[in-house]
Amino acid sequence: MSDNESISENIEEYLEVIYKVSLEEKKPVTTSNISKNLNIAPGSVTQMLKKLDKRGYVHYSPYKGAVLTEKGLKVASKVTRKHRLLERFLNDILKLKKDKIHSEACQMEHALSDDAERALCQLLEQPDQCPDEAPIPACDFKFDSCEECLERKHEDVEEVGSRDENLISVISLGENEVGRVSFIRGDYKVIRRLMDMGITIGAMVSVIKLAPFKGPVEVSVRGSKLALGRDIAKNVFVELIDCESKDEDGALVHG
Amino acid sequence: MVKLGFQKEKVRDFDPTFSSSKDEFTIALSGNANVGKSVIFNQLTGSNQIVGNWPGKTVEKAEGKLYFQGQKIHVIDLPGIYSFSTFSMEEIVSREYIAHEKPDVVINVLDASVLERNLFFTLQLMEMEVPLVVCINQVDIARQKGIIIDEKKLEKALGVPVVFTVAVRGEGLRKLIEKAVKAAEKPKKVPEIIKYGGEVEKRIESLSEMISSKKTSLNYSNRWMAIKILENDPEIIKNIKKESPEIISYANQLAYEIEKIHQEPSFAVMASERYTLANLIASGAQVQTKIDIPFSERLDKILTHPVLGYFTSALVIIGLLLWTFTIGDFLEGILSNAFSFFQPVDPQFSGAITAILWNGAFGGIVAGVTLIIPFVIPFYLLLSYIENSGLLTRVAFMMDSFMHKIGLHGKALIPLILGYGCNVPAIDSTRILETRRERLLAAFAITFAPCAARTILILGLVAIFVNIWWALGLYVLDLIIIFIMGRIALKATPGESTGLIMEMHTLKLPSFSVILKQTWARTKSLIYLVFPIYIVGSAIIQAFYALGVLEPVSNFMAPLTVGLLGLPVFAGVLLIVGAVRKEFILLTLVSFVGTDLSLALNPTQFIVLAIVGMLYLPCFSTIAILIKEFGWKAASVITGANFATALVVGGLFAKILPYFL
Repeated sequence: MSDNESISENIEEYLEVIYKVSLEEKKPVTTSNISKNLNIAPGSVTQMLKKLDKRGYVHYSPYKGAVLTEKGLKVASKVTRKHRLLERFLNDILKLKKDKIHSEACQMEHALSDDAERALCQLLEQPDQCPDEAPIPACDFKFDSCEECLERKHEDVEEVGSRDENLISVISLGENEVGRVSFIRGDYKVIRRLMDMGITIGAMVSVIKLAPFKGPVEVSVRGSKLALGRDIAKNVFVELIDCESKDEDGALVHG
Repeated sequence: MVKLGFQKEKVRDFDPTFSSSKDEFTIALSGNANVGKSVIFNQLTGSNQIVGNWPGKTVEKAEGKLYFQGQKIHVIDLPGIYSFSTFSMEEIVSREYIAHEKPDVVINVLDASVLERNLFFTLQLMEMEVPLVVCINQVDIARQKGIIIDEKKLEKALGVPVVFTVAVRGEGLRKLIEKAVKAAEKPKKVPEIIKYGGEVEKRIESLSEMISSKKTSLNYSNRWMAIKILENDPEIIKNIKKESPEIISYANQLAYEIEKIHQEPSFAVMASERYTLANLIASGAQVQTKIDIPFSERLDKILTHPVLGYFTSALVIIGLLLWTFTIGDFLEGILSNAFSFFQPVDPQFSGAITAILWNGAFGGIVAGVTLIIPFVIPFYLLLSYIENSGLLTRVAFMMDSFMHKIGLHGKALIPLILGYGCNVPAIDSTRILETRRERLLAAFAITFAPCAARTILILGLVAIFVNIWWALGLYVLDLIIIFIMGRIALKATPGESTGLIMEMHTLKLPSFSVILKQTWARTKSLIYLVFPIYIVGSAIIQAFYALGVLEPVSNFMAPLTVGLLGLPVFAGVLLIVGAVRKEFILLTLVSFVGTDLSLALNPTQFIVLAIVGMLYLPCFSTIAILIKEFGWKAASVITGANFATALVVGGLFAKILPYFL
């Protein structure tokens, strides 16, 4: 991001909630929903949403609610990623009690640097979900695979650089949306198998169907149709190829 | 095939005027899965084929002969694969065959509808520098989808002969063979159309120079080995390391440099470049004209619909079972009549030898015939149809999330369903799964699957003497047991599960000849495995019977059979006999008490006997294949688990049922 303005913890908390809710509901997040989630009076939430709108993090329209912009999404997914990585760390390594993990991670997430985030991800061996099974978003460093991140261990994240585009998982692609594969999380063998079937970095994919009960995803790539198990598909990240009106709809309301 | 008249050409074999540089050579068919290779293979070789396994490998090998213009041509159908990256046995087998056996020409079969993805494999074949003919198959289906391919342009771009075919109708096959023969007679050097980016190409060259200076004994071209090493191919690296480890350390250095430049693992760099080229060739040679959505696509929408898909999946599976048992019942009636002369003799009158030979050995043959012909063959026929049409892929897609609950993915549904016919080939077919752990989990679940023999037992004991609902109930119980035991097995064998990566082929009407061939191959391997065990097994048991060993053993088992399960003492004999084959339980029971079994057992005992009979052991044949595929240890653990389940579930029902019946 060009503007290196410091973002207050408060803003991060708001964006995190909007991110979480909009991924679940796929529609604008209402003031009352945010107020419930953050335990803040609706009046103050409205105030804050207006402020966030002005600073370009969300699109806010009074009665409808808030939708993350590309810029907001970037911050939100990053802080969500840090939160969920920390949850994993507190759970897997420090073995904290489960009910304490969330609030602990909420405190730590704002202070965690990008380098520490990356190191944590490597230490935990690239987890793809937090202890509550919510997905951990992909990192925003310029890597095509976890393999590459490991190989370039000696370079810190400033040297690596960060992506301009937001990454979303293939499973969050809506109908009629096309994504360019940009990052595949996971081990070498899976990536290899995906590549043999045509899912290489840079390939265009679209979702044909998502089976219910966390079933597989049918994607179209290079003129062929593939079924990918949810565990594999959720680790294939794409940049959305913009058709139109992304800014109107916001970044997380697809389809 | 008849239309093409390949067989008629045989006459020319004796034509002295016919001259050819070579009169015997080999063609290998290679390509992605489900592109119609087997159809082409069948069309070319007719009945002249042998299906077996690759030596020492659990991969099917199909070989056939074709006489064409005086030449004897061996045709090998290689397994369907997507790449040469040695993650599966199929890939290794194909690669080693092409490199070591050096077929005179390889026919690469491609699906016209998925040209780009198929070309990715073509490019890898070209890298192996084998004489190549490219066969674009199923052009009719592609045309329906509005994909028009330009033969001339494709030929020019690839630099190898290209032939269009519609194999199911035999179209283009004569031309295909003509071009293949020509390519085999005058092998042209395969053009090196794959040039990687300069920085990669430089390193491939430098590595292949080093390999050639070291003179390894491996039978691959130097350039190809260099590419594979840089791609981090475990097989090649392992083999080269044995001879000259310095090549590998140099290669690691080069791979690191490539990764440094591209900021991507080197295998990804090469895969991407190959795909870029495949894309370029495909988009240059094909035009997409938009026609209306074909029927198959509309059908597909229903088959994988979030709600309807479950109905259609259930319909497919239930339909398969209904068909099997309706046809099976009918055929079995006829066969039983035909075999009505077969009545077990009483060893007390006829003597032990006669009993062993007649009751045992011949009885085993009769039993085998009356199981395989009526039940297993119809099952395989329809299953093969479901598989080849692409229906099964859709069912696997819908069921993937359920299969995950027992640590497997959607593809594992195929062996599991196969288990409904007979466990033995089902366990054999777990080979399609990626890891040993998954194959074990699947095999374990299969040993609980209600195969034809178990179904006969349930129907013969419960449906007739209790009622049909209890029989269906037992079927449901069995499914629940599969699920619970699958969960337990999953907890007991920690490890990563492989996710599903499966191509969703276009739905199509399968070729009848392929279905017949596949059914025959499956039946044949079943016969080879099962018949000897039937014959020897029942002879041995008859021998025990004649020697009077069964009775004491049966008494010895009384605490279990009578005490725990509440069955009559002779149940011990039934269970021993049933180890050879489950419906022997039923047959022996009939020989003990006559056809009205209700005189000997009450409803609770019928149900308990059916449950125990269903679960207590995988039959001998199943145990044999478990040992063959997974070793003694795994086989005994699985057998033990079966036995324990039978005692627990059977004991439970013996105690509870009297309150309900």
